[in-house]
Amino acid sequence: MAQEAGKGTEGSDPLVLGDRSFTSRLILGTGKYRDNQAMMDALRASGTEMVTVAVRRVDLDRSKEEAILHHLSPDEFFLLANTAGCYTADEAIRYARLARAAGFNEWIKLEVIGDERTLLPDVQATLEASRVLVEEGFKVMAYTNDDLVMALRLEDAGCVAVMPLASPIGSGLGLVNPYYIREIKSRLEVPVIVDAGVGTASDACATMEQGVDGVLMNTAVAVADDPVAMAHAMRLGVLAGRLAFQAGRMPRREIAVPSSPLRGMLD
Amino acid sequence: MSGDKAQDPGTGVEERGDGIGDGDGNEVLLRVNGQDRRVPAGTTVAGLLASLELVPGMVVVERNREIVDRSRYVEVELEPGDVLELVHFVGGG
Repeated sequence: MAQEAGKGTEGSDPLVLGDRSFTSRLILGTGKYRDNQAMMDALRASGTEMVTVAVRRVDLDRSKEEAILHHLSPDEFFLLANTAGCYTADEAIRYARLARAAGFNEWIKLEVIGDERTLLPDVQATLEASRVLVEEGFKVMAYTNDDLVMALRLEDAGCVAVMPLASPIGSGLGLVNPYYIREIKSRLEVPVIVDAGVGTASDACATMEQGVDGVLMNTAVAVADDPVAMAHAMRLGVLAGRLAFQAGRMPRREIAVPSSPLRGMLD
Repeated sequence: MSGDKAQDPGTGVEERGDGIGDGDGNEVLLRVNGQDRRVPAGTTVAGLLASLELVPGMVVVERNREIVDRSRYVEVELEPGDVLELVHFVGGG
């Protein structure tokens, strides 16, 4: 992405998470792609440096095809394992420990689901699990609701990042509550990554315009007709939103204000 | 893609062909990823992974709810009734 060096440009405005620094503010999931080649092409087009993976049983009948590390090199992308699919704190802790034992890093995208229909998080269980995992030395990035008080508690628990949703996982509804997201960002010191709900590039842009530190998404890219093109669009959307936030937008007005001089009009 | 990762001698893998079907004390019944599976007595974690053609470095093994350190795969012998979970990373968001 060759652009003029300046505010918000990839490379001059790193995303710092814990003791790590990333050029891209976009984090991508690796689920739901139609095949591994499409996934790899999309990940590369997005410019992302951090990707999420899930922990699952080896399918003893056809393990070779589904192990994602046959396709995805940990040298190329920082692996952020998740606890997706867990419904209790104990279960999430178990998955996090298994993920760490894989031997790549001690980072975990903590996700404890509380409701099957909406996949909304069980924030109480998330907080409990965060405390245990932080104590065990994990770098916890906690998926949570767009709730300021819970975000503050997750920060207090020692999470390296707090990740409120834009809207429900896989919904593509975009940023439903920009006010709450802005409020969370303005009150937390740890990075705020908006995770889940982004549907298209304008959603990614609007989310970044709130001033958050990054965006995590999966479905919007993976199930697009052309995942590579959407990955590129998301990359640009995130960059545009970041730049627009840093540029400082004009105030909103309910009335029009002309852009051209009123003086000098002909009789 | 073959089982030639079974470099470790004495893992019990070699006897797999004979051991299976012997019944009695020559084999042990395990629960592996939710399925019953018989292996020769004396099979280690490394031996089990080799028999399943799994690369040890790509799999995490949980035995009776405790994670087995990779450095111990060659020495941990499986016992009757062991419940094993073999997990790895898959695509996810």
